[in-house]
Amino acid sequence: MKKNQMLEKIIHGIFLLLGLITVGCVLLITVYLVISGIPAIREIGLIKFLFGKEWASTAAEPAYGILPFILTSIYGTAGAIAIGVPIGFMTAVYLSKMASPKVKEIMQSAVSLLAGIPSVVYGLVGMLVLVPGIRKVFHVPDGASLLAAIIVLAIMILPSIIKMSVTALDAVPKEYEDASLALGATPIETYFKVSVPAAKSGIAAAVVLGVGRAIGEAMAVMMVAGNVPNMPDSLFQSVRFLTTAVSSEMSYSSGLQRQALFSIALVLFLFIMLINATLNFFLKREKE
Amino acid sequence: MLNQPLSKKRKNFELLMKSLMILSVGLTGALVLFLMIYVLWQGLPNITWELLSTKPSYLTERIGILPDILNTVYIVLATLILVLPLGVGAAIYLTEYASNKKVVGMIEYAAETLSGIPSIIYGLVGMLLFSNSMGTCLMAGALTLVIMNLPTIMRTTQESLKTVPQSYREGAFGLGAGKWRVVRTVVLPGCVDGVITGCILAVGRILGESAALLFTAGFAHAVNGLIDGLAAPGATLTVALYVYAKEQGEFGVAFAIAAILMVLTVLINFAATSVQKYFAKRRNV
Repeated sequence: MKKNQMLEKIIHGIFLLLGLITVGCVLLITVYLVISGIPAIREIGLIKFLFGKEWASTAAEPAYGILPFILTSIYGTAGAIAIGVPIGFMTAVYLSKMASPKVKEIMQSAVSLLAGIPSVVYGLVGMLVLVPGIRKVFHVPDGASLLAAIIVLAIMILPSIIKMSVTALDAVPKEYEDASLALGATPIETYFKVSVPAAKSGIAAAVVLGVGRAIGEAMAVMMVAGNVPNMPDSLFQSVRFLTTAVSSEMSYSSGLQRQALFSIALVLFLFIMLINATLNFFLKREKE
Repeated sequence: MLNQPLSKKRKNFELLMKSLMILSVGLTGALVLFLMIYVLWQGLPNITWELLSTKPSYLTERIGILPDILNTVYIVLATLILVLPLGVGAAIYLTEYASNKKVVGMIEYAAETLSGIPSIIYGLVGMLLFSNSMGTCLMAGALTLVIMNLPTIMRTTQESLKTVPQSYREGAFGLGAGKWRVVRTVVLPGCVDGVITGCILAVGRILGESAALLFTAGFAHAVNGLIDGLAAPGATLTVALYVYAKEQGEFGVAFAIAAILMVLTVLINFAATSVQKYFAKRRNV
């Protein structure tokens, strides 16, 4: 009997350990990023690092200012949200409320497919379709630009926004809509003035999820944005994002330059943690 | 009064919203169609037997993606073998063992955080954690992917565990079975569908991953066996696509790989929905 109890205790312990692995991973990632990110910030100076307008890591007198990357990431994400959210939102309302079951099923598998396409494939198509297209349409010397990145990101965040909004809209109690219809509102008025407000936390969570996806995307952006560390003054400028700043120099970096790349990753990580906290806030409200 | 015509303002609102919705749906649908057709049209003609069955050779200026295909298979296998026990174990702990709400909340919050971290950060941490100690190799990439896919496996397993009726567990306990025995004989068989769904989703994610692998698994193209392969650096299909397109300008090869990935994505999506449908049906019977 005692042997059995021992066994149960050991197994309980093993499962507890397995459960705590995720917590351990998060701690490990945080600690590693902080430890490897702090030295360069210390050496360069926090203000100079965050608000310096020039990044010239390989110059004779190197400058490590990441303001261009931060602004590019913010502008790029904002642009992707500005294009992707309206389209995704409208699609979600249609799929949740108006589409016939067959259309809904087909479109939902199409959206899942969009979510499953690897980011390098988006990058490849962007490189060969979008970049030359922008060059021709806007008569600019090079199409690899902030605009190309914004369009690719807008497409890539569509599936997250559509899926999550559809789930939120599907969960709106039918009674709400019935009451509105009975009072004389048309179906479309009901969807936008009753269902959408009722699902607003879920839709907000969808938007935040989109922000997270857009700010964290590296490879597709790397292939279409041009990767020159310019300040993002115009849509047609070749720019570098926080993510691409890390990946474009990592393979040949060393010394302070390499440490500065870790610091950029730390900044990106802090952005992501902020977004995650916001996402959790909306998800919790949606549950209530 | 029932059929009173709508005021002009309301009519315009109806018309505007309806057209915006249809426009958006049309745009999304057209986008998916365009991507599929364009990639397949550009890629399929470039897929030849020679491409699939050889490795790149500078002497004959030939490009082959056999090593990349093998590397992808190895990394998928290694990741799944490592992530399954961890993810399923964590899910079992959360649904069967955990009694402390704070611990559960902490683990779930950690899992959510993990799924929100972008792959480039995984790549960086994986490089620091694994590649710096064991060298740039497929195994370092696989270990990085294990952390990345942990939340997926956990979530799908947890969801399927929740559908195992409480009465089964109570019945087993009533017959005098210990906790471990109940978990082994009643709970584990009940989460098969969640594990399978999780595996399919994880395979999809591994196939599509590139940023996390670039600095952990590297981008060599050598043909190796499973064990040697895991210890050596190597590119998966997605990484190879990136390198061929961005650094070497070999767009034909890149599109061939893209077409293969596209077909695999369709297959994986199809498999995931079929599995879910199959198990949902079986549960209802």
